[in-house]
Amino acid sequence: MVILSVMILNKAGGLIYQRDFHEGLHKLSSNDFLVLAGTFHGVHAITSRISPVHGSGGLEVLESENFRMQCFQTLTGTKFLIFAEPHQPNIDVICRRVYELYADYVMKNPFYQIEMPIRCEAFDRHLMAYLKPKQ
Amino acid sequence: MSTTKHARIGEEVWKSRVDKVNAELVTLTYGSIVQQLCKDLEGDYTEVNKQLDKMGYNIGLRLIEDFLAKTNMGRCNGFRDTAESIAKIGFKIFLNITPTVTNWSADNKSFSLVFEENPLADFVELPDDGRAQNELWYSNILCGVLRGALEMVQMQVEAHFASDVLRGNDSTEMRVELIRIIDDELPPGDE
Repeated sequence: MVILSVMILNKAGGLIYQRDFHEGLHKLSSNDFLVLAGTFHGVHAITSRISPVHGSGGLEVLESENFRMQCFQTLTGTKFLIFAEPHQPNIDVICRRVYELYADYVMKNPFYQIEMPIRCEAFDRHLMAYLKPKQ
Repeated sequence: MSTTKHARIGEEVWKSRVDKVNAELVTLTYGSIVQQLCKDLEGDYTEVNKQLDKMGYNIGLRLIEDFLAKTNMGRCNGFRDTAESIAKIGFKIFLNITPTVTNWSADNKSFSLVFEENPLADFVELPDDGRAQNELWYSNILCGVLRGALEMVQMQVEAHFASDVLRGNDSTEMRVELIRIIDDELPPGDE
């Protein structure tokens, strides 16, 4: 499995986590990442409004020649953006697992402040172990 | 969703995806928290109830993510569905109990949870100071947990205990009332 990078957006569209899991990725400045997150949040809301079908959710998948981005939104409004290779299978399973790790190592950490940027070493470690197991 | 389906999900998650911990540890830890609060607040039981509710609220805000991650649930289909999910899945996976949902109001906005058993209150006898029996809601943390958890999924509720066997009542009953759906915070597309 090749996961390029993961972003987590809080329910207001603020970027609370961003990490790369692959070498040689194009780097954005941290400010650009914040803008990207905010923009995506807006686009996601727009896509759900312009849908001709009643009750549709927003944008879920973005595909290009070189990557595929999956957006997984939880019922609480948190968004997980997973950037992977174009033909990565079972990406929904990966989303769920990342959500479980988030529930465990971020939300259950009593010193993590809800909606704030995630600085949890255990979350980093487990995410790395799951997304990039040592070959 | 039918109620048997709720029960099945609760059972499944409880069996396969939840780490178990010794019940005495939970009971004694909770007991010492309540006891310490009573001491720190010098027997002001109204304030103890308030603090327990607040602590529960902060737990609920976090616990909801674990609930959603473990159960893989979609959005509930109405408040009745929510009530069944709380009783048969929520309480099942976190406390291994299934309170009964009953006493629905005519407008379907409030219901009662009746607890046959309550692991928080095992071994507990309220202090014999003439006030605790009338003022302290020992398990009040649970009200806060529900309030916090439901707020995160855009439901503002009010929850309080109406009776408690610890006080000599016949049953332990919690009343939950839906105040409003926080629709300005509903994630887009989820109506």
